Amino acid sequence: MQERKILTTPLSDEVIRELKAGEMAYISGVVYTARDAAHKKMYDLLDGGKPMPFDFTGAAVYYAGPCPAKPGKPIGSIGPTTSGRMDLYAPKLMDQGLKVMIGKGLRNKEVIDSIVKHGGIYFAAIGGAAALMGKSVESAEVIAFDDLGTEAVRRLVVKELPVIVAIDSRGNNMYDEGRKKYQI
Amino acid sequence: MVREIQSGKITDLVEKLCIDANCNLTGDIYQCLRSCRVAEKSELGKEILGTLIENADIARRETAPICQDTGMTVVFVQMGQDVHITGGSLEEAINEGVRRGYEKGYLRKSVVRDPLDRVNTKDNTPAVIHYEIVPGDTFHLIVAPKGFGSENMSQLKMLKPSQGVQGVKEVVINTVSEAGANPCPPIIVGVGIGGTMERAAYLSKKALLRPVGEHNPKPELAQLETELLEAINKLGIGPAGFGGSTTAMAVNVLTYATHIAGLPVAVNIGCHVTRHAEGEL
Repeated sequence: MQERKILTTPLSDEVIRELKAGEMAYISGVVYTARDAAHKKMYDLLDGGKPMPFDFTGAAVYYAGPCPAKPGKPIGSIGPTTSGRMDLYAPKLMDQGLKVMIGKGLRNKEVIDSIVKHGGIYFAAIGGAAALMGKSVESAEVIAFDDLGTEAVRRLVVKELPVIVAIDSRGNNMYDEGRKKYQI
Repeated sequence: MVREIQSGKITDLVEKLCIDANCNLTGDIYQCLRSCRVAEKSELGKEILGTLIENADIARRETAPICQDTGMTVVFVQMGQDVHITGGSLEEAINEGVRRGYEKGYLRKSVVRDPLDRVNTKDNTPAVIHYEIVPGDTFHLIVAPKGFGSENMSQLKMLKPSQGVQGVKEVVINTVSEAGANPCPPIIVGVGIGGTMERAAYLSKKALLRPVGEHNPKPELAQLETELLEAINKLGIGPAGFGGSTTAMAVNVLTYATHIAGLPVAVNIGCHVTRHAEGEL
């Protein structure tokens, strides 16, 4: 059995640079959830010259909106949502220092260009494996936009959240490469 | 003879089915994931299918939602014309069941009250309800909460009659190809052909309810389903979209009479969970 590659956040530029599209890894440490409504709010804050709800340096944003936590549990089921809906916002957030994104599905050219420009990375978690991923979460706390319910920004502490490098810092895209390999 | 059904019983049933559909993967899909794992050509694909099976096991054991997107609640009501609902409106009884099921089951509330102002209703209501009135005094419900990762990848085209079955195939394959990794493959593809625009869309959603492995009773449509499934699995999209030989588990086609001038085709994509649960009163 191959040893698990564990990445502890915040991720340094060096760690990001070494990761290659298609590699499996496990993320431990703090990740921040933000999806559609939170992205719109962060975008509006930026337009107004206001600070972001968390420090972007080395931070990982997880495109996810969890189920409610059962009593005694930190969180309910939590898997990734479709990242493409955040493509409109991602380049501007990357200009502010955000480098690590976790989600699922395809990204547009602007996002991939931005990943290359800033030396960022896009991880995919397995869509729909949400009960299993909920078990990776050790604690969760809402840190911004509480009124958004499931779409609020949460600070999660995760242990070995399973991910795959979908787009690496050079712009190599696992979705394209994987599909080409098995296309008949 | 009119048979009376208490609206409270309908609420109880909807509540139970909301939780059941979201936490228990149906046996047909579960078995299909297992056989797909054996047949899958990509090692990473096999691993992902294994993870999905493990996830379904955890969800069932803990009564936890399989996926955090517990959907917009679509309810198919098939009601005998000799049934009389007492104690309140049928629609409100169903919505109350959704409200209770989503609260009690710790399911995510994903519905906004208006598509443009986008304020969350915080109880997952209202449901999308389809009514079908049939002879007799039966009352049958299917609760099919629909996740939007796959719903957003669905398409509808109004083809010309001259485009025929070839045109239909192109629409289905292009829809799945463009969707790529987004709808959480391996997917189930619901195809509605004919009727009017809204009838085709309704059929494509209804087609998702058919158990994996069963085919349309018409041999030519069963053949079309088989051909489409083969073509889709040659696209290479694979489990979670990382490449592989398992992109779809099933293609289910339903048809209806249509107009001399038209050939509507709707493709509704269901993810690898494609939740649904049914019950009767």
